[in-house]
Amino acid sequence: MGINYFTPQYEVCRDPKKCIKCKVCMRQCANEVHSYDEELDMMVADDSKCVDCQRCVSLCPTRALRITKYQNEFKENANWTQQHITEIYKQANTGGVLLSSMGNPVPYPIYWDKLLINASQVTNPSIDPLREPMETRVQLGSKPQKLEFDEDGKLKTKIAPHLDLQVPIMFSAMSYGSISRNAHESLARAAEELGTYYNTGEGGLNEDFYQYGKNTIVQVASGRFGVHVGYLSAGAAIEIKMGQGAKPGIGGHLPGEKVGEDVSKTRMIPVGSDAISPAPHHDIYSIEDLRQLVFSLKEATAYTKPVIVKIAAVHNVAAIASGIARSGADIIAIDGYRGGTGAAPTRIRDNVGIPIELALASVDQRLRDEGIRNNVSLVVAGSIRNSGDIVKAIALGADAVYIGTSALIALGCHVCRSCHGGKCNWGIATQRPDLVKRLNPDIGYKRLINLVHAWDHEIKEMLGGMGINAIESLKGNRLMLRGIGLSQKELDILGVMHAGE
Amino acid sequence: MLLKEGQVRIPSGCAISGMFSREGRRISGQDIVKSISVMHDRSNGLGGGFAGYGIYPEYKELYAFHVFFDSNEAREDAERFINRHFDVVNLSRIPTKKHPRITDAPLIWRYFVSPLHGKLEESQLEEKEYVARCVIKINTRIDGAYVFSSGKNMGVFKAVGFPEDVGEFYKLEEYEGYCWTAHGRYPTNTPGWWGGAHPFSLLDYTIVHNGEISSYDANRRFMEMFGYKCSLLTDTEVITYIFDYLNRRQGISLKDCASIIAAPFWSEIDKMPQDMKEKFTAIRNVYASLLITGPFSIILGYEGGMMALNDRLKLRSMVAAEKGDLVLVASEESAIRIIHPEVDRIWSPKGGEPVIATLSGGEI
Repeated sequence: MGINYFTPQYEVCRDPKKCIKCKVCMRQCANEVHSYDEELDMMVADDSKCVDCQRCVSLCPTRALRITKYQNEFKENANWTQQHITEIYKQANTGGVLLSSMGNPVPYPIYWDKLLINASQVTNPSIDPLREPMETRVQLGSKPQKLEFDEDGKLKTKIAPHLDLQVPIMFSAMSYGSISRNAHESLARAAEELGTYYNTGEGGLNEDFYQYGKNTIVQVASGRFGVHVGYLSAGAAIEIKMGQGAKPGIGGHLPGEKVGEDVSKTRMIPVGSDAISPAPHHDIYSIEDLRQLVFSLKEATAYTKPVIVKIAAVHNVAAIASGIARSGADIIAIDGYRGGTGAAPTRIRDNVGIPIELALASVDQRLRDEGIRNNVSLVVAGSIRNSGDIVKAIALGADAVYIGTSALIALGCHVCRSCHGGKCNWGIATQRPDLVKRLNPDIGYKRLINLVHAWDHEIKEMLGGMGINAIESLKGNRLMLRGIGLSQKELDILGVMHAGE
Repeated sequence: MLLKEGQVRIPSGCAISGMFSREGRRISGQDIVKSISVMHDRSNGLGGGFAGYGIYPEYKELYAFHVFFDSNEAREDAERFINRHFDVVNLSRIPTKKHPRITDAPLIWRYFVSPLHGKLEESQLEEKEYVARCVIKINTRIDGAYVFSSGKNMGVFKAVGFPEDVGEFYKLEEYEGYCWTAHGRYPTNTPGWWGGAHPFSLLDYTIVHNGEISSYDANRRFMEMFGYKCSLLTDTEVITYIFDYLNRRQGISLKDCASIIAAPFWSEIDKMPQDMKEKFTAIRNVYASLLITGPFSIILGYEGGMMALNDRLKLRSMVAAEKGDLVLVASEESAIRIIHPEVDRIWSPKGGEPVIATLSGGEI
């Protein structure tokens, strides 16, 4: 065997004065970083296995542990960084495609952080959500051109099926397989109690969860895992996954390690087999094919459910969305390049796609230019980190947002980006029973509810500050935003003025 | 450089007043001037205006265009356009009186017109739509020309100044109509442009408005999908277009229009009987982008009727009264009492609850 070029990324720092050798860290670490050295009578660590998930740090009863960056440094080079070099070593060792998880971590601009929100002063009153009604309920679905009423003022127009959200927040698609059963249960129960929706992802729906159907969006992806008529009928809406922000242009990717008995049954694939979805839907090679799938799914469910088409934010997203808006879809979901994933080729995650803020702004404007914005609802995803991001997204033109990573963080995720390994110490992105049980859904669903309630309250405070008392009056209300530190081109694309203007 | 109205969005506070004779009696313009003048302190001399209905009975079948021109060149350009699209039956300068506090007046002309038959047919448009598009075209394409009134048997009179001075300037005491609305403006900078004063109008719809709507850009961007161009960046302009779109183009009753722009809260909808619940859920779903939030009190004038409406939280004052066949509405009670110290009924309409008066005697 040749030289191992690999250097650890993280260093486990243990304060020997605080360590009581209780071995909690050892039992908690699925990566087998910690061990007890009987000869030395002390805890030791293999830094090279550490993914910095912070599980041991959180559980150490004496706070003896800290994880830091490994202090070893390659010769400084702005071009050939340590990361680039290490990745070449890895690929030279294995000949493989580099895999990673969660959203794009590269320091590209984050436009949410370059947008500022307005507030009322003097000329109109801000509204206090503690004392006045403040509405954040949203209806998603296609809308008729106009409403007609009979002579008694009763509604004559038939409204297409739509989703009714008590908060403008839904849980993004995360498949059973990529995340654990307990994570799914937490999401489903939280969605039910919040009056919103969670999304099955492309892994089918475990029968135990059919009871949450009215708060479930069932996904149909290119692999068609777990798709049958019972599944389609179980949900409140059907989402066709054309793309995902973390990996535009390729299909879903579930390593065989995560395909156990139950996942295999739900997905309708053999135990232990990799579930690799085809890059395209093999029945959709063009927009007219999409229309056929949309209507096939509507036929299969007797036109009782809205159909969502989810796409990744790519360069030509505005034209693509315009095509989808005319294809019978009721809702378009757009996923930006910072959107999470359970496994994606690193190069794709880090280099393909565009920011959701720019994609959203250009799609919303394009649909308005064509006079068809009201035909569909727009849901955006791809790194919504807080309620401020949501307010900005809606002001740019979104109807609602999907949150994925934020929801997982609420469940304890520390964004260590190792989901593809299947050894999530937090019981979220794993199928190992001993790890899954670490996530208690009774606690998990409450944490999700807390998070969404907190954000909803913050949204109401910001709406009130702007003098708005219903979220629909914020939708596309770009005068409520100003850019900071942006070029004129960026401002033009976002359709906002610069701060001070 | 100070930007003009239309180049920058200017919030403003205001006073409004309106009166309507359900029997169609013709009331002198003097009364409305008196009413609005009581609320002098609610405006700051940077805009005042009036709309009168039933004032041109001799030309009631013709569209009356009131137009501001910056120069004779602009007038010639606009007249060329008007002559290409309309049969001009009468044209003249609108009579005005020299007034020490009304200065920098543009050229103010009036045209009584009817669409050229051939042109109208060629356009394949309904007559009102044809007229509306021509008006929007003049206002957005011809530099220095601005049509500020374009309905039949009605007219808008407005200027930069206090409303009582504007009334004197236009000699409103010489006009009589069954309905009058008035506006005194308190903008937060000095645009100095007459077109920016209220009422704002399109065809026979006129709006006087007090408030600053927080939903402005959501409403504007929605309306611009349907061929409207919000060139003034004012609330009043977009509200007028919303009424034109819903009431004229979509045929929705004014009462239902009120339920769209000042929609009932979900908490109320949830308690409604099933058919009403379906109706209002559909309204909030389909016309979500036409909900208007933030403070407003508006008086909408139209051929044969008048509607007053507050935002659903009633963030602006507005009082309504009845006296015989008269329906009166104003920002302050004093503006009603100054004309009719004794009234049959006076009340403060609830937020989102429209007060509608029509010539057929209808009223809520």
